[in-house]
Amino acid sequence: MLTISNISCVRGHKPLFAPVSFSLQAGQALHLEGDNGVGKTSLLRIICGLSPADAGEILWNGSSLNKQNPEVVESFRASLCYMGHNLSLKDELTPIENLLFDAQVAGRSLSHEKGMGALRKIELNNRAHLPLRVLSQGQKRRTALARLSVSEAKLWVLDEPFVALDAQSLDNLRALLANHVLQGGMLLFTSHQAVELSQPNGHALDVQPIRLVAA
Amino acid sequence: MIWQAFWAVVRRDLLLAWRRKSEGLSAVFFFVVVAALFPLGIGPELNVLRNIAPGVLWVGALLSSMLALQRLFEADYRDGTLEQMALSPVAMPLLIGAKMLAHWLVSGLPLVLLAPVLGLQFDLSGDALVTLTLALLVGTPILSLVGGVGAALTLGVRGGGVLLSLLVLPLFVPVLVFGAGAVEAQVSGLGVQAHLSILMAMLLPAVFFGPLASAFALRIALE
Repeated sequence: MLTISNISCVRGHKPLFAPVSFSLQAGQALHLEGDNGVGKTSLLRIICGLSPADAGEILWNGSSLNKQNPEVVESFRASLCYMGHNLSLKDELTPIENLLFDAQVAGRSLSHEKGMGALRKIELNNRAHLPLRVLSQGQKRRTALARLSVSEAKLWVLDEPFVALDAQSLDNLRALLANHVLQGGMLLFTSHQAVELSQPNGHALDVQPIRLVAA
Repeated sequence: MIWQAFWAVVRRDLLLAWRRKSEGLSAVFFFVVVAALFPLGIGPELNVLRNIAPGVLWVGALLSSMLALQRLFEADYRDGTLEQMALSPVAMPLLIGAKMLAHWLVSGLPLVLLAPVLGLQFDLSGDALVTLTLALLVGTPILSLVGGVGAALTLGVRGGGVLLSLLVLPLFVPVLVFGAGAVEAQVSGLGVQAHLSILMAMLLPAVFFGPLASAFALRIALE
């Protein structure tokens, strides 16, 4: 379980957003909302541990995430899959190479077959041998989403995952996210559109909104 | 799992260097051209050439490695790969060490292999060529490791290239002194062991502290 308590962020001597608190449990999805520039990306980076928080505390399964608890930080990172604005894909590598190297750097092992299977799901398997630089922006984003589908991480932190995708890919992504949540995963994402996730039987999944307001 | 991640980073960077050949080759070609210009400019005075050879080849290697250093973390910083490395459960210094190893294999090792060929232009004896190669073999990894810290500290800074040179070149002075000194000692018959031992003694702390300090600086750059 991830607990955020009274996190605030100061940029240029001014607080960016009012202190924010929430908790995220297994099988729960949170939609982080807010106007442009209110600090959604900053908050996600703070939660992941890329930037320090100026006040407040982040708890992972009840233990504080800070330098004094290296084993908590390690278990948090092993359960985390973060996708930011930069997709961390290499233009010179093919989609399948990107997937395989990325999994290994994250300390997981991924078989070639499984990687190809993930690319087949997003209909990139016939492009798997082309370097990423010749693919379109949307196809690059789909490659990044294939990384999500092979990630075994429990906590997904996604910054604007819905941009630059066509209708078919949007449906695929919504299904992927719903499946993750139904299997007991945790999901935290930002998006400017309303997002509805539905179960396979058609019932809507509960997506809890978190509103970030300027301080 | 840890070493799998280490070798994955090494293989990825080598593959990237292979796909962007021009970047890696330009630094190596720079070394060849600099080393070839000196005999042309100074003239065929063999005694003079023999005397300046170690210094010229070492300075050429320093400058060529400076060229390659600027790109060490740049691409990974821009495309977000560095963020994923910082968030990996594998310790970041290890992954950064892997990047430095790959960087040395691409930009340092070719200099080591080319140096004996270039040394022939300066009429260096066989023994002196062997010493030159050995000294570069021990010395160039120090350049990648110490230079990597500088590259991490100047990451994302406008005009970082010049700043990097100002920051790092003074730190390369001991490597230059003892690296070039090894060849001079060989030529004058003093024995090279002392110089090589000192280079080795500089390499060991660089292997330990270089990746640690770089990872620390990179985390700050990512904030």
